[in-house]
Amino acid sequence: MSVLRPLDKLPGLNTATILLVGTEDAPLQQLADSMLKEDCTAELKVHLARSLPLPCSVNRPRIDLIVFVVNLHSKHSLQSVEESLCHLDAAFFLGKVVFLATGAGRDGHCSIHRNTVVKLAHTYRSPLLFCDLEIEDFRAAMAQRLVRLLQICAGHVPGVSALNLLSLLRGSENPSLEDL
Amino acid sequence: MDSYDAPELTPRQDASSRLKDFFIGATPLQKRLESVRKQTSFIPTPPRRKIPQGSQLQEDVDPQKFTVLLHKQWTLYSLTPLYKFSYTNFKEYSKLLTAFIAAEKKKGLAVEVGDDFDIKVIFSTLMGVKGTQRDPEAFLVQILSKSQLPSEHKEGKVLWTGWFCCVFGDSLLETVSEDFTCLPLFLANGAETNTAIIGTWFQKTFDCYFRPLAISSFNLSWMAAMWTACKMDHYMATTEFLWSVPCSPHSLDISYAIHPEDTKALWDNVHKTPGEVTQEEVDLFMDCLYSHFHRHFKIHLSATRLVRVSTSVASAHTDGKIKILCPKYLIGVLAYLTELAAFQIE
Repeated sequence: MSVLRPLDKLPGLNTATILLVGTEDAPLQQLADSMLKEDCTAELKVHLARSLPLPCSVNRPRIDLIVFVVNLHSKHSLQSVEESLCHLDAAFFLGKVVFLATGAGRDGHCSIHRNTVVKLAHTYRSPLLFCDLEIEDFRAAMAQRLVRLLQICAGHVPGVSALNLLSLLRGSENPSLEDL
Repeated sequence: MDSYDAPELTPRQDASSRLKDFFIGATPLQKRLESVRKQTSFIPTPPRRKIPQGSQLQEDVDPQKFTVLLHKQWTLYSLTPLYKFSYTNFKEYSKLLTAFIAAEKKKGLAVEVGDDFDIKVIFSTLMGVKGTQRDPEAFLVQILSKSQLPSEHKEGKVLWTGWFCCVFGDSLLETVSEDFTCLPLFLANGAETNTAIIGTWFQKTFDCYFRPLAISSFNLSWMAAMWTACKMDHYMATTEFLWSVPCSPHSLDISYAIHPEDTKALWDNVHKTPGEVTQEEVDLFMDCLYSHFHRHFKIHLSATRLVRVSTSVASAHTDGKIKILCPKYLIGVLAYLTELAAFQIE
């Protein structure tokens, strides 16, 4: 069973790898391009995938952060993400998984309710970010944020680990979400 | 667990209940702020809705009067509460509106109220189009063309129809003070220019605001499930769905027509809780349709956008167009639309 594990490979020297998972190619590609434009002291590697499990044949470095992109306009993307989540080792959910919901701006096109993604992120105890990946400025801001998150998850920031960050992010969320 | 109360659990509930005790005679503005504050956590969606019941029309109402509302395509707007609107001043409103329309049509010339025009505006109440006793009465506005020969006294052709209603608008009615009449749903049929003129007059006279009401794919799938759940003696139309696939250069439209009895059978299999519809049932119902389509055509309909739903009860388009076919479930359909309009106003 090709389950992705967070610590089964040695980290590369001065590299940070992020995996973007989502059904639509174009927004992922654009987000990847924006991320690569960002300033980063380490070498950034961005991997894209439509769904998990990833093919075993490829020799890939250790993945530090996984971002699941859910398009609120398409139920298919949510179903694909839910199926992919089964192929992740539980240790990944200690701060190395982030959910990104796109398309919330155009409410008329949404076929998934916001609550559904909020519940999904809450079930997996992972942070949920909202960003309209179609708009360039928002995408650039999100790319910057993801690069910072990636640096922390790859261990490049002294004193902060992925797990620290997770509890920090969770503390700032609305406390009523705990009751969902 | 009632999910409606979930966002208000401790500690916020303690604070708000203490606040409520303090402000026993809270003004409508304070009530409004309270309700807005409760909703800031996330958009509340009731996970369950009541299936429209057929017997909600009051008995003293003549169902013949509703024929003007059925089988016509209405464009939906949401409307903020009307200030100092009175049901007794209909004649005056008719005169003023007629003069206004005539003035707009002949821009630049002076027009006097009471002159003989070639159009006539009629305001009338629609008795029985309401959910509870608290809902304000619905009223209808029609523009008729007057026949040229006054001796004939024949009613002219209806050029434009619009009606305002509020069905089960309790959440909005609580927060509104006495001077305001709350009729959040406006439906119009006829030329766009007339709708614009009438909208301008209402906005000027009653200090309200119209906004086109679009129906999202999420709400369309809820409507499909709720209308399929309605018990019908005989089906007038096939159940039809229309999806829009975003692709360049022109978007592709996929239309899926199902025999209404088959959809009812599918719904009966999915439906568990009597009398109510839950989010899971709606999702399961739509997923069954999607997987059936995928099995035959290998197309993921869930990746496309639901644009139109058409059943024997009513048909709705995402641009905010609705056509009601069944008088029995008129109130049920309007209840959902009122909810959407009220949500848009807030």
